[in-house]
Amino acid sequence: MDQHAEHNSQLSPDNQQLPLHHNGITRPPLVLNKRTMGWISSYVSTIVESKTPLWWYISIAITSPIALITPLLLIYLVSTGVGVWGNNSPVAWAWDITNFVFWIGIGHAGTLISAILFLTRQKWRTSINRAAEAMTLFAVVCAGLYPLFHVGRVWKVYFLAPVPNSNAIWQNFRSPLLWDVFAVSTYFTVSILFWYTGLIPDLATIRDRCTTKIKKFFYGILALGWRGGNRQWRHYEMAYLLLAGLSTPLVLSVHSVVSFDFATSVIPGWHATIFPPYFVAGAIFGGFAMVLTIMLPARAIYPQLHDMITPMHIDKMCKVILLTGSIVGYAYLMELFMAWYGANPYERAAFWYRAFGPYWWAYWSMMFCNVISPQVFWFPWCRKNIFVVFIVCMFVNAGMWFERFVIIATTLARDFLPSSWGMFHPTWVDIFTFIGTFGIFTTLFLLFVRFLPMICMFEVKAVLPEANPHYGEDH
Amino acid sequence: MEKITNFTMNMSAPTITTAGPVTAPLFGLGIEFESARDLYHAAEKVRDAGYKKWDTYSPFPIHGMDEAMGLQKSWLSALVFIGGLTGFTLAITLEFGTSSFLYPLVVAGKPTNLFTIPAFFPIMFELTILFSALTATFGMLALNGLPRWNHPNFNWDRFNKVTEDKFFIAIESSDQKFSLEKTSAFLNSLGGSHLTAIHEDCNNE
Repeated sequence: MDQHAEHNSQLSPDNQQLPLHHNGITRPPLVLNKRTMGWISSYVSTIVESKTPLWWYISIAITSPIALITPLLLIYLVSTGVGVWGNNSPVAWAWDITNFVFWIGIGHAGTLISAILFLTRQKWRTSINRAAEAMTLFAVVCAGLYPLFHVGRVWKVYFLAPVPNSNAIWQNFRSPLLWDVFAVSTYFTVSILFWYTGLIPDLATIRDRCTTKIKKFFYGILALGWRGGNRQWRHYEMAYLLLAGLSTPLVLSVHSVVSFDFATSVIPGWHATIFPPYFVAGAIFGGFAMVLTIMLPARAIYPQLHDMITPMHIDKMCKVILLTGSIVGYAYLMELFMAWYGANPYERAAFWYRAFGPYWWAYWSMMFCNVISPQVFWFPWCRKNIFVVFIVCMFVNAGMWFERFVIIATTLARDFLPSSWGMFHPTWVDIFTFIGTFGIFTTLFLLFVRFLPMICMFEVKAVLPEANPHYGEDH
Repeated sequence: MEKITNFTMNMSAPTITTAGPVTAPLFGLGIEFESARDLYHAAEKVRDAGYKKWDTYSPFPIHGMDEAMGLQKSWLSALVFIGGLTGFTLAITLEFGTSSFLYPLVVAGKPTNLFTIPAFFPIMFELTILFSALTATFGMLALNGLPRWNHPNFNWDRFNKVTEDKFFIAIESSDQKFSLEKTSAFLNSLGGSHLTAIHEDCNNE
């Protein structure tokens, strides 16, 4: 501790000039209260190093049994048959695909924050990107389960891999469903690489601070022997830049490809060119809401995080939610306009039934949650008030689920021929499998918070004013 | 850790601490700095003194340090380009090879010749990204010589602050210009502290 004190006293004379000056604009500091590098390491690492708090045991005792529900019900599904889900003709894609698109959409915010905000030099991303990336991975894990079991005979899932079947027939590479396999698996792999690459220097920090042999061994293995030499940083920074550059088109492509599953079909309500940008905006919208949904409680539990995840961060994320929510709202209205202007009776009917058919409640819930509720973020007071932010984020989470349900289930329920119309009713297996995925998601996130550094320490240090090699010099 | 004091000839010779087993060969000399600014200016001097086998160590990448050390841009990007090209070629081969040659399959009235290419774009794109990203990650590790879990620097107990808030320079003894006496005097003149002779592990016994 005395070293930190020494460090503090050394920096204090300079700390007066903390607000950064760029082109005469005074920017608010990214880290509040003039924290030092040592403080950042100690604080973030302490979360990992200290004794496991009681709330963590209580939380995981609640979430892990919930997480178990999903695998148990999947075993039940496989051993009994796909009929235990409510999917049936005409609604053959139902909750499973709704939940798949819901989770994969949530999985977009992490890579967006890591990649796009990195390329656009948005330095405020540094204190939230690690947790958002972790969230991405866990959401993709939940998402991946659904198409895997939706195929019906899951033991034949290797048919999706590019190997010919026993009649020497290969996969149909022109099928959007196969594109989806490639897109989602690439996204998962690249997200893991990006996340782990970002973790290496911070794992080294934890390794160097560890006091017990066992911890030192495990974190040492994970840190791969990182030494922080500039000859390493040089390649490291290039790798990070390249991964960001590669992930940016990737993150935009994944939900575009997911939307192709619908858009390339000829079903009224699905066959629309607006789908890719509309899905991507929706994914970012829902993803940011989920980031806030888990960061706000984390911030409440660890009050010192307030200096790194500042009101400015929350404010900026709210603005992203407002922007993407408005894009989504525009897409909803444009869909209605195109249905009317396109003069296709089936298309018109599809949208009429969405709004006023048997699933009207889902449509209007979606409209309220996704279009109306984020509009409160026009007011700075609402972006500053944690409770308002949290409530709106919960609305958005629910709204994005309703959006996928509206697109998938209500469209299939009423297509061309009234004789083939039908309603979808979820079974108890549908409902509990979905609840279980929230257990998986939160359990993985709790494990992450406990065992890995929640904040990207080296990047936060790099945005401190004293990280500049010309700090304190006159230009 | 033991202290070697007073080099014979020079009265103003610096105090050097040793790290690691004294009997083992010398890996190099290390010195510690308090801030990114000090490290940056020290690095410029080491570069100008003509040392080649040395490195600066910091808790985060320092902007402009490559220039201060006289390093070129990383050529990892070239590797990644090759990786991406491999993925792209693989996708083309896989798609046209199977759907046009091995078992031409007409689905949804789409042609099996070159004109089917729009339907092949998504997988070409995904595999290009996948292979590039794998090359970026594993190429970076390979260029950095990682994973490598043991390193003489780890024998230096102060060095574990490098991932926290301290900054270091180490000049390796294998450098052509290295001499224990001159290099230690030079390092000491850079304004750092805790000049240390770092020894390798005794693994050659």
